[in-house]
Amino acid sequence: MSYLGVMSRRNEIMKNAVGIDYELFESGTVDFDYEKMMRETGYTLDEMQNIQKDVSICNTPLIELKNITELARKCSSKGKGARIFIKDEASSPSGSFKARRAANAVYHAKKLGYKGVIAATSGNYGAAVASQAAMQGLKCIIVQECYDSQGKGQPEIIEKARKCEAYGAEVIQLSVGPELFYTFLRLLEETGYFNASLYTPFGIAGVETLGYEISMQFREKEGRDPDVVVCTNAGGGNLTGTARGLIKAGAFDTKVVGASVNLKGLHMASDTQFNKKSFTTGHTGFGIPFCTNPDRSDVPRSAGRPLRYMDRYVTVNQGEVFYMTEALAQIEGLERGPAGNTSLAAAFCIAQEMDEDKIIVVQETEYTGAGKHIQPQLTFARENGIDIRFGNPEDEVAGESIILPSHPSMIKIKDLDLNKIKRSYIKNCIERINLTEINEKDLEFLVKDTKSSYEFVKEILKELGVNCLKENLGV
Amino acid sequence: MNVKKGDWVLVHNVILNPDQRAPQVPDDTKKVPLEMWVKGFLNHDASINDEVEITTITKRIVKGKLVETNPYYKHDYGKCIPELLQIGLQLKGILFGGEDCE
Repeated sequence: MSYLGVMSRRNEIMKNAVGIDYELFESGTVDFDYEKMMRETGYTLDEMQNIQKDVSICNTPLIELKNITELARKCSSKGKGARIFIKDEASSPSGSFKARRAANAVYHAKKLGYKGVIAATSGNYGAAVASQAAMQGLKCIIVQECYDSQGKGQPEIIEKARKCEAYGAEVIQLSVGPELFYTFLRLLEETGYFNASLYTPFGIAGVETLGYEISMQFREKEGRDPDVVVCTNAGGGNLTGTARGLIKAGAFDTKVVGASVNLKGLHMASDTQFNKKSFTTGHTGFGIPFCTNPDRSDVPRSAGRPLRYMDRYVTVNQGEVFYMTEALAQIEGLERGPAGNTSLAAAFCIAQEMDEDKIIVVQETEYTGAGKHIQPQLTFARENGIDIRFGNPEDEVAGESIILPSHPSMIKIKDLDLNKIKRSYIKNCIERINLTEINEKDLEFLVKDTKSSYEFVKEILKELGVNCLKENLGV
Repeated sequence: MNVKKGDWVLVHNVILNPDQRAPQVPDDTKKVPLEMWVKGFLNHDASINDEVEITTITKRIVKGKLVETNPYYKHDYGKCIPELLQIGLQLKGILFGGEDCE
């Protein structure tokens, strides 16, 4: 079965494997009815909460990081340094917030009568799907990109395979390359299992409970919503679901910030660069392409649309995240894995811009352990020739060095130009269907999908040489 | 024939040869095959490096080269990274030792 032969059948295979007819929400042009898709194929917040409560996913602890807050205040000017909180999702059954996404996907698969579920992921989501499949009595296959052509794999990815197998899943490990998707499609055809994609409406809706809980817990604890929520951003589902949950709670003034690890210059599909990166998730290699083209995922339309909800997008460097991971263990007594600590490093810095009475929350933590711990990751990096040292994090070059800040005050976020990212997104939408004119509904969709304005989108369309037609609404 | 039917094993397979790889992969990746590793119960007696058939934990039948019996996890907590020891000491100094950041 040739690569292109299998890929040409992707839509048909997917339709059978997710049970959603995406065409129902399509207009045929740029616009598609996102909210209708979320409403008709997702679950209500109440339903989701009940599904998750049934499998012990709810009300994870909200912990104030008093020492890290104090540290941020010592590094900022007087009166600055917001209170930093962390939502301890590591206490979920599979050890990360991904249990929320998996709970709904697996529940849905079971309801539709599928015998098993498949997910393509090297990350925590695999463990989450495996854990939920075990709880709900379905078979489970996880396909992961794991090794380079020398057979070497990141300890973090190998640990995640172990965890999936611990929950009874079959793990298929592949070498580097985007053809993971090809293998995935072949497996869906062979087994007839459900595609527990990260990007279905129910997968994303599963995360809404996280945003909702954050608001409810803060209202109970502090009598108000947090000012800022920072989400580690990779495929965009974490941020999308959390932001939607905050909106459902009525927390309209809470700002949502995305944070990714800066891996500039490393090609995600490169065999030689695969093991030069020291973060396997939450980095710009996923974060940027999924922002500018969310529908590049494994379903026709991704329900994770981060630009719709993001107020700000920042990056931090690898050494800064490793440093904050160690800080979390050493001065807060919380030993947690790296992904959530990406947003912790960002929050540490953003808190210093905010007044002392403000509240910033890191919305997830993940489990840690052998392989998925900073020491084996740094050992692996050092053995791969990466220079690890104390210094100024600004000097870090992804794939060459990991620079631990000589002092915590040297941890600095970098703001990404969101307008530039939005522009790329609009350009991709237009190029995908090769349009020279769009209608008013398309325009409205682009404004919503980029959380921008009519003026902004119109200006970019003008640059791209695309006209906006007034639509005949048949009145 | 020192590996017995029913033993838990790891097999290896080439899914796509270099010339069959996706058009968009970078040049370095195009030079190497897409490989796969999967575990299962051996369906017949065999020796290491034999082409064999296994039944996976989800009861799929997979063919491949037998590479390992009773495969186990070899990842660990890594080696000592002396730099890590300094971080906690520094932070405790800043927070509790009277030293100021500014």
